[in-house]
Amino acid sequence: MYEGAVQDLIDELGRLPGVGPKSAQRIAFHLLAAESADVERLASTLVRVKNEVKFCSVCGNVAQADVCRICSDARRDPSVICVVEEPKDVVAVERTREFRGRYHVLGGAISPIDGVGPDDLRIRELLARLRDGTVTELILATDPNLEGEATATYLARLVGPLGIAVTRLASGLPVGGDLEYADEVTLGRAFSGRRRIDAMS
Amino acid sequence: MYVRALDVTDFRSWSAAELPLVPGPCVLVGANGQGKTNLVEALGYVATLSSHRVATDAPLIRAGAERAVVRCAVVSEDRELRIELEITAGRSNRARLNGAPVPRPREILGALRVVQFAPEDLAIVRGDPGERRRFLDELVVARSPRMAGVRSDLDRILRQRAALLKSAGPARRNAGSLPTLDVWDAQLAATGAALTVARLAALRTLRPHAGAAYAALAPTGGELALGYSSSLSAALPELAAPDADPDEAALESALLAELGRVRTQELDRGVNLVGPQRDDLELSLRGLPLRGYASHGEGWSAALALRLATFELLRDEHPSGSDPVLVLDDVFAELDSARRDHLALVASKAEQAVVTAAVAADVPEQLQGAQYEIAGGTVRRVR
Ligand SMILES: Nc1ncnc2c1ncn2[C@@H]1O[C@H](COP(=O)(O)OP(=O)(O)O)[C@@H](O)[C@H]1O
Ligand SMILES: [Mg+2]
Ligand SMILES: [Zn+2]
Repeated sequence: MYEGAVQDLIDELGRLPGVGPKSAQRIAFHLLAAESADVERLASTLVRVKNEVKFCSVCGNVAQADVCRICSDARRDPSVICVVEEPKDVVAVERTREFRGRYHVLGGAISPIDGVGPDDLRIRELLARLRDGTVTELILATDPNLEGEATATYLARLVGPLGIAVTRLASGLPVGGDLEYADEVTLGRAFSGRRRIDAMS
Repeated sequence: MYVRALDVTDFRSWSAAELPLVPGPCVLVGANGQGKTNLVEALGYVATLSSHRVATDAPLIRAGAERAVVRCAVVSEDRELRIELEITAGRSNRARLNGAPVPRPREILGALRVVQFAPEDLAIVRGDPGERRRFLDELVVARSPRMAGVRSDLDRILRQRAALLKSAGPARRNAGSLPTLDVWDAQLAATGAALTVARLAALRTLRPHAGAAYAALAPTGGELALGYSSSLSAALPELAAPDADPDEAALESALLAELGRVRTQELDRGVNLVGPQRDDLELSLRGLPLRGYASHGEGWSAALALRLATFELLRDEHPSGSDPVLVLDDVFAELDSARRDHLALVASKAEQAVVTAAVAADVPEQLQGAQYEIAGGTVRRVR
């Protein structure tokens, strides 16, 4: 245990994902030794990110304005929506340059252990986007793990009756993993080889 | 195959140990508590990514240390493979093959194959069904390392499903959670069917080996029978047949139907009621289940027969006929002379047999090969 502010900083850092007690301590002492200007820039970026960054009212991706750049880009195909779990997955798919449609960010995956059910995801918003008939294909790009699969199956069953083509990324993605860890080539290939899923299966 | 060297750092009682091994019998001799089992446990961990003594990784790490490292050089068909495993409690482990990191530790499964017999194995005969499922699943994974993924998927699906059943319970079958339950049912049915089919296939192959091994250990003791009892037996009576070989798709639909049938009950009780996690490997002798009926000697014979059968099966099935490493941990002192002799005979023919004993005199004549003294935190080859 350290005194006062140092320990507070270690505790705060230790709450971040992927940061264990050892790393928290290392980062804290790195910051202590850093130039004041550098630390101030970091602090103000943290505050700005919370104040300025919004979530797109259409797709749920992070955005600078009410609607994100992708949703307001007229060149992007409005008839295809790629459904992902997190904003970082949008970045991963964008990197492949295989996809010219729009996105929908669910904000997670169904996981009863974590208390996350369909109502906790942006599924109602997705259904609203499908209502006017513009969208003809839904690509389910949830993570290739059990929770991602469960979410995809749930969505396929929900959307199937609407007469919209539902596809799932082709296999070849590292099973049990995270979409963001798939390299561009593999993810790109999974995109072009996506297969239609039967709503009843 | 054989292990040419085993090195551990901060594993169990060992801050550091280097154990150079040779093909044939390798006998580790040392008084109780000197760390012999700890060393063979490290071998078993590399082979199965689990310990036969504990369910979690924490006890494997030396008290006061942060992580344990196990390194092992395995020679198989004249090629040497270096396996390195870093065990950190509460976090995922890391593994390297020939120095290169692998994406997930599971990928080292199959690189070292070990069949271990230890006093704890009596629990296969006398313990809960969970012990026998573990035995069977270990065999399933040894035959097909890919099945480790199916097993861990099944565990996770069951945990997700249990959480959902519990949370849906208070809401009294609240309609909103039912469509998600359907989704988990489908996953449980598919994964459960895959595991059940693999278990039944492993059992079909094991049966003749187990019968022969038991007959050799206890020539007048009757026939050791192996059966599979499934939570689906009522829905799919053919599963009860000794040579059941059901179609995976049929099993999947049966599981799904059964899940539908017990749904109300599952929601009321908030627990998983159907699936391979409730099945059992039935061991019997002269029509009586071993559990609860077997004598002490019969129990030992059956447990040993199951391990020796596993050894023979894995040797038989391996494309190049390379043997798994046979590990015999502190068992000779417990066996009567007939069983001792038979075990020694099998072990003396193994490509490598790692044997531990408190005193050298416990180890049969045929296995007096290389000998190591384990004492005071050091390993010394003495013969
Ligand atoms: N995580 C651990 N840290 C330190 N010591 C341990 C740990 N786990 C087990 N031990 C010690 O290892 C010893 C048992 O070693 P073991 O290999 O079972 O002995 P044996 O030579 O009789 O087979 C015990 O003294 C136990 O306290
Ligand atoms: Mg021991
Ligand atoms: Zn948007």
